[in-house]
Amino acid sequence: MHLRKLVWREMFERKNQLVTSFLAILLGIAVVVSIKNITFYSEKAVAAQLEALGANVLILPKSVSLQDYYSADMQNDEFPEEYVQRLAMSDLQGLDNLSPKLSLPVKLKERSFTLTGILPKSEFQAKAMWAGAGILSRPAEGCGTVADVPGAFRPTAKETLVRQRVVEDLGDTEALIGADVAVLLGLKEGDRLDVLGHTFTVTAVLPQTGTVDDSRIFAHLHTVQEMAGKGPVINAIKIVGCCKEISGGLVQKINRLLPEAKVVTVTQVVDTQVKTNGMMARLSLIFLGIIVLVGGASIANYMFANVYERRREIGTLMALGAGSTVILKMFLLKALLLGLAGGICGYLLGTVLAVLLGPRLAGIPVLPMPMLVLWALGISVVIALAASYFPARRAARLDPCATLQEV
Amino acid sequence: MRLESVSKSYQHRGRTVAALDNASLDIPAGDFVAIVGPSGSGKSTLLLVLGGMLSPSTGKVHLNGHSLYELSPNQRAEVRRQKVGFVFQTFNLVPYLTALENVQIPLYLAGVDGPAQKERATALLERVDLGDRLDHKPPELSIGQQQRVALARVLANDPEIILADEPTGNLDPETGQQILDLLEQMNREGRTVVMVTHDPRAAARAKRTLRLQEGRIISNGQLPTAIGGRA
Repeated sequence: MHLRKLVWREMFERKNQLVTSFLAILLGIAVVVSIKNITFYSEKAVAAQLEALGANVLILPKSVSLQDYYSADMQNDEFPEEYVQRLAMSDLQGLDNLSPKLSLPVKLKERSFTLTGILPKSEFQAKAMWAGAGILSRPAEGCGTVADVPGAFRPTAKETLVRQRVVEDLGDTEALIGADVAVLLGLKEGDRLDVLGHTFTVTAVLPQTGTVDDSRIFAHLHTVQEMAGKGPVINAIKIVGCCKEISGGLVQKINRLLPEAKVVTVTQVVDTQVKTNGMMARLSLIFLGIIVLVGGASIANYMFANVYERRREIGTLMALGAGSTVILKMFLLKALLLGLAGGICGYLLGTVLAVLLGPRLAGIPVLPMPMLVLWALGISVVIALAASYFPARRAARLDPCATLQEV
Repeated sequence: MRLESVSKSYQHRGRTVAALDNASLDIPAGDFVAIVGPSGSGKSTLLLVLGGMLSPSTGKVHLNGHSLYELSPNQRAEVRRQKVGFVFQTFNLVPYLTALENVQIPLYLAGVDGPAQKERATALLERVDLGDRLDHKPPELSIGQQQRVALARVLANDPEIILADEPTGNLDPETGQQILDLLEQMNREGRTVVMVTHDPRAAARAKRTLRLQEGRIISNGQLPTAIGGRA
């Protein structure tokens, strides 16, 4: 016989009453572990996205919100193509690869796609004054060389090849199609494609990227402008800017140059997302607080009831020579075991939930985080011990006479 | 054991109730005392005061020359652990532990290691003819068997003093006689036995009888002529 055995036996003797408290702490810890796990991988994904995108600059019409742009990558408002020229002719340092684009929604075979007009590099080179401004004469290595075409293509060998073709040259009747477009419309290189009365020749099928670009049809900007019938307008200009220049106030300088447009950096976009994650984490903390209170209250309630129910047993132990320390330890050890069990099981359940639900809720792969087991155990044990301290102290201070009514 | 002008009063619904009223008493080592009296006469209070479980309002309780209530609660627990054994009317066995484990409790509290606990607890249960019931939990034992487990538990730490509250109160006459035989046997081994009882036949097995009425000792019985013992 020892204290552990005494506590263990009692826990199993009254396990039905214990289940509620155990579930309260288990579910609380599980929710928090899964939120922390998903948040961690979500932040990691955002950080990776930021890393991959670099510090790009996006110029949008004033009325367009970032949410509009990123939710549909398309909006109704436009601004003049002349903005591109204004930027190109400016003496702003830190700009590389201006990429204007205009997107139109199109329906082909009852399916929705996006027709995006882009300007190939050859167009820029044809304009001597742009070249003279030095935009295209900058070295291709280093800052600003990542995204020189519309869309977020990944730099595999084939994509780079395709990308270079896009950048270098794109005829008025040539089109590049995303992987989904090719599959859904049954197209391959060399096929003809009729869009809004225009016939294009598919010059390349872009590899699968997992992005909105897979359902996009790329064509020459001026052709798309003509099809839209709105004149020389564009939806957005994407610029690869040098990080150093951006931090040095490039955005403000572009703002002064193009006061009618909205200038944001992708860093800001990601920051917004990070802030949203932060807000979610804070909300989760509030949620955690509520769960902790409910779990703690449940344990405290159970422990008080347990002390009351075991008055005679406590009195008997005191009559047999147990001091207040033994009684205190008896209840605190029970709380410790409850906390450990709740922490471990809560971690396991929370991890399973995170791994299963993470990809569905946040669209990211989530892996187990072993370090969270310590965190879960710490929180769980502290809650259980704190909630049980006063009941345990009450037990240790019980008047042994009152607990032995027949004596 | 010696009580010096011990009084104990309670507050009950705004009234002061005297459970013990200026009680003085000497219980020599090796004595076997029966305490009798009507319900509410203070018998149980006297037993608790003797066992260091209930501090008197006034007066002193001496055990082996030391004033019991000048010790801290934990020191009194230590005294109970080493010198006093309680027997309860309803046995007070821990329901979720086996007979063997119940007997092991005092040994655990005294710091005896596991194998020694098991060895001594087994021997004690065999002594009360329960060697074949070691792994039975209290609900699986008869009333008489439960009381015998309680007696084995009392003996675990070899106490000098045994305080029994109505030890035969819940038992049939035959089983009650067995328990009284065991208490007599313990007394013959030199232990002091103080037994609260309503049963005149049980009281007759003691060496002397104390009668309590309204908290006062009105009859001090006969002291034995020869006293052998250790307390």
